[in-house]
Amino acid sequence: TMLKGMTRLISRVHKAKHGEQHEGQHYNIPLQDLKAVFPHGLPPRFVMQVKTFNEACLMVRKPALELLHYLKNTNFAHPAVRYVLYGEKGTGKTLSLCHIIHFCAKQDWLILHIPDAHLWVKNCRNLLQSTYNKQRLDQPLEASIWLKNFKTANERFLSQIKVQEKYVWNKRESTEKGSPLGEVVEQGITRVRNATDAVGIVLKELKRQSSSGIFHLLVAVDGVNALWGRTTLKREDKSPIAPEELALIYNLRKMVKNDWHGGAIVLTLSQTGSVFKPRKAFLPQELLGKEGFDTLDPFIPILVSNYNPKEFESCIQYYLENSWLQHEKAHTEDGKKELLFLSNTNPGQLERLCAYL
Amino acid sequence: MAAPCVFCGKAVSYRLFLGARVSLAREQGLWKAAAAEVQTGTASQILRLRHTTVVSTKKNIAALRRETYTLDFIKKQIEEFNIGKRHLANMMGEDPETFTQEDIDRAIAYLFPSGLFEKRARPIMKHPEQIFPKQRAIQWGEDGRPFHFLFYTGKPSYYSLMHEAYGKILDVEKHQNQLRAQGLFSEKTKTKDLIGSRWLIKEELEEILVEKLSDQDYAHFIRLLERLLTLQRGGAEEEFVQRFRRSITIQSKKQLIEPVRYDEQGMAFSRSEGRRKSAEAEAVVYAHGSGRVSVNGTHYLRYFPVTQDREQLMFPFHFLDRLGKHDVACTVSGGGRAAQAGAIRLAVARALCTFVTEEEVEWMRQGSLGQEFRQG
Repeated sequence: TMLKGMTRLISRVHKAKHGEQHEGQHYNIPLQDLKAVFPHGLPPRFVMQVKTFNEACLMVRKPALELLHYLKNTNFAHPAVRYVLYGEKGTGKTLSLCHIIHFCAKQDWLILHIPDAHLWVKNCRNLLQSTYNKQRLDQPLEASIWLKNFKTANERFLSQIKVQEKYVWNKRESTEKGSPLGEVVEQGITRVRNATDAVGIVLKELKRQSSSGIFHLLVAVDGVNALWGRTTLKREDKSPIAPEELALIYNLRKMVKNDWHGGAIVLTLSQTGSVFKPRKAFLPQELLGKEGFDTLDPFIPILVSNYNPKEFESCIQYYLENSWLQHEKAHTEDGKKELLFLSNTNPGQLERLCAYL
Repeated sequence: MAAPCVFCGKAVSYRLFLGARVSLAREQGLWKAAAAEVQTGTASQILRLRHTTVVSTKKNIAALRRETYTLDFIKKQIEEFNIGKRHLANMMGEDPETFTQEDIDRAIAYLFPSGLFEKRARPIMKHPEQIFPKQRAIQWGEDGRPFHFLFYTGKPSYYSLMHEAYGKILDVEKHQNQLRAQGLFSEKTKTKDLIGSRWLIKEELEEILVEKLSDQDYAHFIRLLERLLTLQRGGAEEEFVQRFRRSITIQSKKQLIEPVRYDEQGMAFSRSEGRRKSAEAEAVVYAHGSGRVSVNGTHYLRYFPVTQDREQLMFPFHFLDRLGKHDVACTVSGGGRAAQAGAIRLAVARALCTFVTEEEVEWMRQGSLGQEFRQG
């Protein structure tokens, strides 16, 4: 395990101290933490890797470090700053986001993590007309799934935060003012019909109350370009639905507006799940569209790029240590050069390549 | 052909059937004979005529089987071909005197465009000697005596060839003995360059001699020729032997023409092209680089998302162990995804030749430079 020390940095406690010198090294996330912080939101291939290696290790990389630096120095009196992680496919945006989330979770922020906004604009069945606003449409399934995960991630806050209004669900049920947020979430989970509204309420309450300073709110949305753009959903009469007409999207849009303070908004663009966007697009302008770009306008873009040589080496070392690369040539310099060329240091590609080595 | 069989007798139909592959002249002759029969009338007369005609044509049947085209027929065909060639030249507006076979082929392909996949089924116009299979003329005269003195061996041309070769060997040995007797014999044996040629194969020899050979015959003949080669021989013998050798074009040597690299802005690079299916690629390989490849302006990772294509690109470098040492900028168009990858690979391989001249032979044999021609 002397070898392990080379690439690993077991730093549960020292996460706050991730600095420049740790760039390129992996750090370990204990598995219980994983379940608590990431009930949803890890990319599926990474989940498989975690299962195989029986441990979760993320690489510390520059974009994440940069973001952490900003987050550590946020001034909570100012309106929330928006950070947009963008980059080509497979460069590591989602995992960087997960790194940030883990950091903030350790710092005891409240995490509002939407794993993939694209899931909300395509392949939905059961669209109901919203009970709250007749114009809009509900998505009970997606909402309830998200509420369950949200509950797992933020258990301890749900009892602390109190709602500041009375919400009437239907004739028999209502939530009184001052009752904990957990009740709203429960309501959404049990009564699937009201799940979307529950989500809307959660978002509204959190936004309102984060300014009060009880907690810090981190809004993390993956695939935020789904919020503006088109959906693949249609009504029964085959007329297309615009994103605004979906209640979830509408509320989420309100969330990423920077009219509240006490936290930060970290967003990722993703072409992989997006609908109707060309494969090669990765710049914010292209993926968000004019509308999205204007709405998000003052934001800090952070480019996530392919591995640099040091990171590449480190990644290969990690795989070798876990005996993932079984090919006899994988150890040699030639083998590494081959992998370099083929994957062109793209983390996603490298991972896929090594999958059958 | 079947119509006459209806009202003529069975014998006639049999004869006509035999003569199915007969030339026009023969056919007309028989037809007239058959018509003459019909016109005679009574059954007995027909029978008698039939009988006589059978007898008179008996010999001819045996000859007919072997010789399907008469010499006259072939001569006529040659004349017709030449006249046709001149007509074709006039039609195409070219000079009839200098109208070659390639011109004919092109003209026919132009006038009769055919979409058939089987090239041999398309319309052709070639010299009759290439179209009609070679046959032997009747080998015996009117009285039944054969012309060739070796006719009764069964393979006259083969044995006469063997005689000729052996005769030549004896001549050369006699000449050598004379020289030795005179003391002018020199031991040097000039070895002709036999590398670029090969002996005729058995099928080719059979074609020349127009008779079937067995394997032993063929081996015997080749041994004889080799024995002739070992002796010191003069010009006439040389010519005789060369008749039986075919040259092998060494394809690999033919192909390789690498332009020597040229410089620009102080960077040495080389440019070359490659093609595969219907994709054409032009690659510019820089001598010193870090392994960056850009295709049509975009990075190769974005252009070829499939790993297989990138492996194709990698192959030339990998083979020469120069993975991270060259930069490439290439343009490609046409074809599909894999075809473009193959075309770029070919272009890169050719371009890399200029930097790697010593290993090119090894490389070529591996096939990375050969342009791939696959049918269909």
